[in-house]
Amino acid sequence: MINKKCPSAAEAVADVPDGAVVMVGGFGASGSPIELIHALIDQGAKDLTLINNNTGNGEVGLAALIANGQVSKMICSFPRSSQSKVFPALYRAGKIELELVPQGTLAERIRAAGAGIPAFYTPTTVGTVLAEGKETREFDGRTYVMEPWLKADFALIKCEVADPLGNLTFNKTARNFSPIMCMAATTTVVQTRKLVAAGDIDPEHVVTPGIFVNRIVDVPSPVHEDTLIAAGRSYP
Amino acid sequence: MSAGWTREEMAARAAQDIPDGSYVNLGIGIPELITQFVPEGREFIYHTENGLLGMGPPPADDERDLDLMNAGKKYVTALPGAAYFHHADSFSMIRGGHIDVCVLGTMQVAANGDIANWSTGAPDAIPAVGGAMDLVQGVKRIFVVTQHTTKTGDPKLVDKCSYPLTGPGVVSRIFTNLAVVDVTPDGFQVVELAPGVTFEEVEQATGAPILPRTE
Repeated sequence: MINKKCPSAAEAVADVPDGAVVMVGGFGASGSPIELIHALIDQGAKDLTLINNNTGNGEVGLAALIANGQVSKMICSFPRSSQSKVFPALYRAGKIELELVPQGTLAERIRAAGAGIPAFYTPTTVGTVLAEGKETREFDGRTYVMEPWLKADFALIKCEVADPLGNLTFNKTARNFSPIMCMAATTTVVQTRKLVAAGDIDPEHVVTPGIFVNRIVDVPSPVHEDTLIAAGRSYP
Repeated sequence: MSAGWTREEMAARAAQDIPDGSYVNLGIGIPELITQFVPEGREFIYHTENGLLGMGPPPADDERDLDLMNAGKKYVTALPGAAYFHHADSFSMIRGGHIDVCVLGTMQVAANGDIANWSTGAPDAIPAVGGAMDLVQGVKRIFVVTQHTTKTGDPKLVDKCSYPLTGPGVVSRIFTNLAVVDVTPDGFQVVELAPGVTFEEVEQATGAPILPRTE
């Protein structure tokens, strides 16, 4: 029987190579796979391109990965927030590249990659500087901008419940980008708060079907980014 | 006390123009206050970009759920009948024209409905757009709630935006501390003046020609 369970976060991210494109689930602190990100910091892969809505907060998780010098490019919609300090400093120093993508376009580019659609047209950014140099086309008298799919080599995802086949459910707004990132990466690595037997998740309630998932790591008591930041923690 | 509407009164005035049963997305700042001023007998369903329809008020401090936030990264609640969904579905609701009203703050809005609310274009600024460009292109009606002028007294209602656009020709109605203003084919037009405010005062504070209310 198929069993996608991986013994540890360290083993689950061991083969992420230098130069990889890595999607990281989460919107701000909610849904951020902290244990998998910290395992990637321990592993040390460099020159990564990261895809996330933001750029992390404080000195843990995503921000710690960037602070550790492992990220050369960030693809996101909102790279600054009240608690994000690492990325702004590196960006101002010219040490990290930024591709700014509107949030809905970011989501749809990821979804398109998972769905095998190489490009699509969207009204978002029409008439703005973010559309400059992009192909446009008219449909029914309205102008749209062409946007390409966005694929990744790896996706690091946090979920609430998983079974050994890789079927997933999420918790509230911690779902955000995670289901579409699972679809868009060659290798999808998921940390789950609860690992159950196949059949324990009602098929009607499966959010991400197991076909989009490659590795499951059991992390029963995941730390939350906000809790770590409130405690003044940093990683490593 | 000076004439005109307070932040709360601006939000309350905007709420009056949102029809019963609307699906509504609220921007950060004054627009968020609208939830406190829903007119008697009306129900709005709030959408937030990070995957929640049926968003409720903030929880008590000891009832926070770390996995239940809004797009402004603030803790919220989910009302009975709420639904969670992923980001591509969330922006399908926006871009697909399923959300009825979006109320945004702004830096500038122009007489032709152009809005600039994401970047000052300053060379040292870190650009951050979030979902603003998707919202202004996708939601059926775009309302703006804003002070009529900046803190230094410059008009925010202008002939042409000097900041980079979020979207062209998308705003339909503006609620300020001085007036309710429509974007019409002929430019700005006053719909209603705040108590104690004259048309001349509005005209003075506006950076573009503005028409008086049609009687």
